[in-house]
Amino acid sequence: MWDYTDKVKDHFLKPRNVGELEGANAIGETGSLNCGDALRLYLKVNENERIVDASFMTFGCASAVASSSALTEIIKGMTLTEAAKLTNEDISDYLGGLPKEKMHCSVMGQSALKKAIANYRGIQILEKPGQMVCECFDVTDLEITDAVKKNGLKTTEDVTNYLKAGGGCGKCLDRIEALIESVMLKDRMIQ
Amino acid sequence: MKIVYTDNNATTKVADEVIQEMLPYFGEFYGNPSSMHTFGDQVGKKIKEARQKVADLIHADPDEIVFTSCGTESDNSAVYSALNAYPDKKHIIASNVEHPAINNLYKLLKRTKGYKVTFVPVDKKGLLNLDILYKSLSDDTAILSLMWANNETGVLFPIEKIAQKTQEKGVLFHTDAVQAAGKVPIDVRTAGVDMLSLSGHKIHAPKGIGVLYIKKGLKFSPFLIGGHQEKGRRGGTENAVSIIGLGKAAELAKEHLILMDTKVRGLRDYLQKALLEKIPSCSVNGDLEHRLPNTLSIGFDAVEGESILLMLDREGICASSGSACTSGSLDPSHVLMAMEVPFKSAHGSIRFSLSHYNTKEEMDHVIASVVPVIEKLRAMSPFWKDGKLV
Repeated sequence: MWDYTDKVKDHFLKPRNVGELEGANAIGETGSLNCGDALRLYLKVNENERIVDASFMTFGCASAVASSSALTEIIKGMTLTEAAKLTNEDISDYLGGLPKEKMHCSVMGQSALKKAIANYRGIQILEKPGQMVCECFDVTDLEITDAVKKNGLKTTEDVTNYLKAGGGCGKCLDRIEALIESVMLKDRMIQ
Repeated sequence: MKIVYTDNNATTKVADEVIQEMLPYFGEFYGNPSSMHTFGDQVGKKIKEARQKVADLIHADPDEIVFTSCGTESDNSAVYSALNAYPDKKHIIASNVEHPAINNLYKLLKRTKGYKVTFVPVDKKGLLNLDILYKSLSDDTAILSLMWANNETGVLFPIEKIAQKTQEKGVLFHTDAVQAAGKVPIDVRTAGVDMLSLSGHKIHAPKGIGVLYIKKGLKFSPFLIGGHQEKGRRGGTENAVSIIGLGKAAELAKEHLILMDTKVRGLRDYLQKALLEKIPSCSVNGDLEHRLPNTLSIGFDAVEGESILLMLDREGICASSGSACTSGSLDPSHVLMAMEVPFKSAHGSIRFSLSHYNTKEEMDHVIASVVPVIEKLRAMSPFWKDGKLV
């Protein structure tokens, strides 16, 4: 059984802000039925770009539901500019931490939020920049190197825990390993 | 809270009769079964009795029974023995829904020893593609290993029929009967297999005891090298207490086979019918006919297995899931994927596995709990709207 904090359990069993949000003027969606979790985030944003209400619908495990619930609680009352700065670690910290295998649940929250903000501002998020590495979970090389740098990831397993990349068919694991090595190499050169 | 235990393919309750049988051998009778003195030999005699009872469960000769530490050790021993017996043969066969004890071993042998591996596919019902299997048997095949019954779906493979072919072709045949033992009759005389694995804790004996049946006359090389125990086929001082417990459990399992086929099958069918009737968009995984009487693998569309299990846990219900999130991997179980169970229900697949200790009242509690749990999770799923999958 996973070592979930009481806060994760609480947000899973009594999720806050579940369901469609009437009058929502921004929606962000991430994940899919195939990859095992998905989140649809609804925001109601006022004329001052402040999030006055938020809700979610989530398909996924306990930590996915808890991360979604936590996300809506965190961002209520924030301006979009403030919300845009939110990281997946803020979500995880709010819940008192997540098991490392479940960090991708908090990444999913951050990603849905980004998309909702873009949706409100009328920005279409087109194709992701960079080259596709993990086709199972739609993750690019730039996303991987970014996550490796920011979170100090060291192994392909770490990358899978954060981004899911490499967790499906596993064909891209060599490529992920090469990306980690290239980031580490650059780090050493800088030092 | 009362526990409703419906996870008997994971492990089983140690039967009270088994505990009683073992107790004296934890304390008073601590002698080494191999000793010359009467004090040790009385344990030896008891082990002999247990060996007979285990042999009786599968209609083997006691000399054909080797005690191991678990099903995994039995599986590993069988494969390595075959490879040692036929060092020139470089091809090994299994199905693509095997337990990790075979699956991961085969992958390792492929990666590190260069063995050619055939994983024979199953169809959407989990039934083995016999054409592909038969075509893959060759002079170069060192061993075929197939599970008798699948742990996740309960689907049965036609072991006896396949054994006829392996005998014709002279290919060594091992079966992992860990899930089948005690649930369906096993007769090694008619089954025609060369080796067969069993595990104690799946038949109401304690964990940490397994069996490898080795057909008389088969060339066998031990996996654990040590003393003369088990007639030199498995070194290490016998796990006397657990062997004695397993003997009792095997005796009970044989008596209870009829209960499996009647009471347990009835409870499983009752649970299955009720869930299918009361919950829209759910489906049973695995062939309904060729299936263990105690197993129900059922997939609920648009919800995820870990969430279901954790909510059922709050009601005291123990079950398992084929979903990714419970195992730490990201894809649903390799068994459900091999059967091409669609993602929409694979992620929300739950396995209920019963024993003769279960009651109808317990099934009613499971039904009364599963229905609202699925409703609650669907109410928050973005893939569920107006009573159907979107």
